[in-house]
Amino acid sequence: MEIVSRPHVENFITWSKDKPEVVVLSADLTNSCEVGKWRDTYPDRFFSMGMAEQNMMGFAGGLAREGFTPFIHTFAVFIYRRAYDQLAMSVAYPNLKVRMMGFLPGIVTPGGVTHQAIEDIAIMRATPNMTVLETGDATEVESVLDVAQAIDGPVYVRFLRGEMPRLFPRSEPMVFNQARVIRKGRDVALLTSGIITEEALRAGAALEKKGVSVTHLHISTLKPFTDPTVLDAINEVKYGVITMENHVVTGGLGTAVSELMTDHGLAKPLVRLGLQDTYSHGASKAYLMAEHELDAMALVRAVEKLMNVTLNINQADLDQVRIEAVHSDAKAEAL
Amino acid sequence: MTRTNLSNTDWMVKAQDMADAMRLRGFDYVMRSNGGYLSQICSSAEIFAFLYIHAMNLGPSQAPMIPPAFAGVPGTDNPDYVSGGAYNGVPTAEQDRFIFSPAHYALVLYMALIEVGRMAPEGLDEFNKDGGTVELIGAEHSPGVETTTGSLAQALSQAGGMALGRRMKGETGRLWVMMSDGEFQEGQTWEAIQALSFHKLDNVCVIVDVNGQQCDGPMDGVMTIDPLAAKINAFGGHAVDVPGHDLQAMAQALAEKPKGKPLFILARTDPTRGVPLLKERGAALHYLRFSSAAEKAKYQAAYEEMRGLGN
Repeated sequence: MEIVSRPHVENFITWSKDKPEVVVLSADLTNSCEVGKWRDTYPDRFFSMGMAEQNMMGFAGGLAREGFTPFIHTFAVFIYRRAYDQLAMSVAYPNLKVRMMGFLPGIVTPGGVTHQAIEDIAIMRATPNMTVLETGDATEVESVLDVAQAIDGPVYVRFLRGEMPRLFPRSEPMVFNQARVIRKGRDVALLTSGIITEEALRAGAALEKKGVSVTHLHISTLKPFTDPTVLDAINEVKYGVITMENHVVTGGLGTAVSELMTDHGLAKPLVRLGLQDTYSHGASKAYLMAEHELDAMALVRAVEKLMNVTLNINQADLDQVRIEAVHSDAKAEAL
Repeated sequence: MTRTNLSNTDWMVKAQDMADAMRLRGFDYVMRSNGGYLSQICSSAEIFAFLYIHAMNLGPSQAPMIPPAFAGVPGTDNPDYVSGGAYNGVPTAEQDRFIFSPAHYALVLYMALIEVGRMAPEGLDEFNKDGGTVELIGAEHSPGVETTTGSLAQALSQAGGMALGRRMKGETGRLWVMMSDGEFQEGQTWEAIQALSFHKLDNVCVIVDVNGQQCDGPMDGVMTIDPLAAKINAFGGHAVDVPGHDLQAMAQALAEKPKGKPLFILARTDPTRGVPLLKERGAALHYLRFSSAAEKAKYQAAYEEMRGLGN
């Protein structure tokens, strides 16, 4: 698997070149959100707003009203927790073309509870006019820009930084409201998003070896959630559905799938893996994924539960976990 | 009622007439509605008259004299959504824009639009009526309203973004923001001032109705904001304290606008201006609600007296 280091840095600069309407607002997390070089390349289009996110939302709305498309770059928590009223009234209600790039989704950061955006999808899905996207690899980090920019209204993106895998070929960019079919099967439908897809892939070969036939979809558009591929996948499997997300199980991918199934009268078991109505704490990604049962082994257990079987898969049977060097060059400079 | 001492300048005569007419119409409306936001009209009539008669360079209204029905919230599936800003003209590079911050002053703004001929007096019949746009606390479809600011202290930041955008486009028009003093209790206001200052947005002019009143009563008992001018200046703005019913003083404050800084005209106003009877209410000025028929009769008599003076 190809590992890519900080794809956003150069890609965003290249992408912005012929788009003079694109401006960047930052709240004192410029290098942390990988736009330091962008600032140096386009100083006239970069605006430092200081540690003042409520005001930044208003400025973004005002700029959008004047025909610019502000790309807010900050940590996700400071977008939807710190400045929600401003986000709703100054940006979402007037349906303005503001792009909110939310860094540090879920438990990817050792920064602890204050930095971990674990209920952002729930809140943003509940916000009228809002489109919600999530990136799961380098190709999506690169191609989400086009997807977001094509939307006539506000967009929230769960964004990745630093080192990340390239799971999907460059030739297959993110497509709005279209799931990626990673694997087709008959027994269980598995839906994953963001960083969880990489983790779920670790169990793919082991499950196949044990004769479990899985349909695996990778979801990058969380709102709207109307892709017929999802419904078809759920319809076609025998035992049930598993959702796995780097988020609380309330209001995110699992809830979206549950709503879809209810709306269409699909009565099948659904196992929602994710944070179970809890905050997290500061620790490594791998540690927290295991603690919150968001890892490949948790997926195996969910399959066993749905199919009522014992698969006898152990850690050694799973593909190796990718460990990021704590102090590598690819690491963003600061929290 | 007391009339402000005027110089001979034509615009000031016109503006004072407008302020007086706003108070009279507002008082009449509140009496007929059996209550309402009267003290805001009393305190800010000259502010709106100053803005619409003298300070703002606006084009002619592009909106119907009788405000249209509510056509749904903004969204990609609602291309027909019309901004209430159309009452202040089509934005051009040179013209100013009016950004209305304390949406609870909506009735005052509607009164102002009527007096300057941008809305028909009959438009008020739609006030606070189901399915209308002349809302109690306006949103951006309400006449004269361009941004949604009923959640207070959000307008200045939005105006800042618009000012930044207009500067990038080389536009020369200004952003005029009307604020209430209670909004200076919100942290966002100070975030906005430091950002306007940091980005040197001198195309933003703010006028504040400093009437010392808020929902819970006199601000001094809720949360003091003074010394307001000194605080704004410390945050990098340029604040000028003026007597809030003195049109000439407001004009002078505007004339001393410095380069590279947003201007704040702090209009120190009297929330009982023109209706001294309101003083009897003590702290309860935010919303006039009659406690008895006798009280209402007293206000009716005061209204008749104001009307007589006007004639």
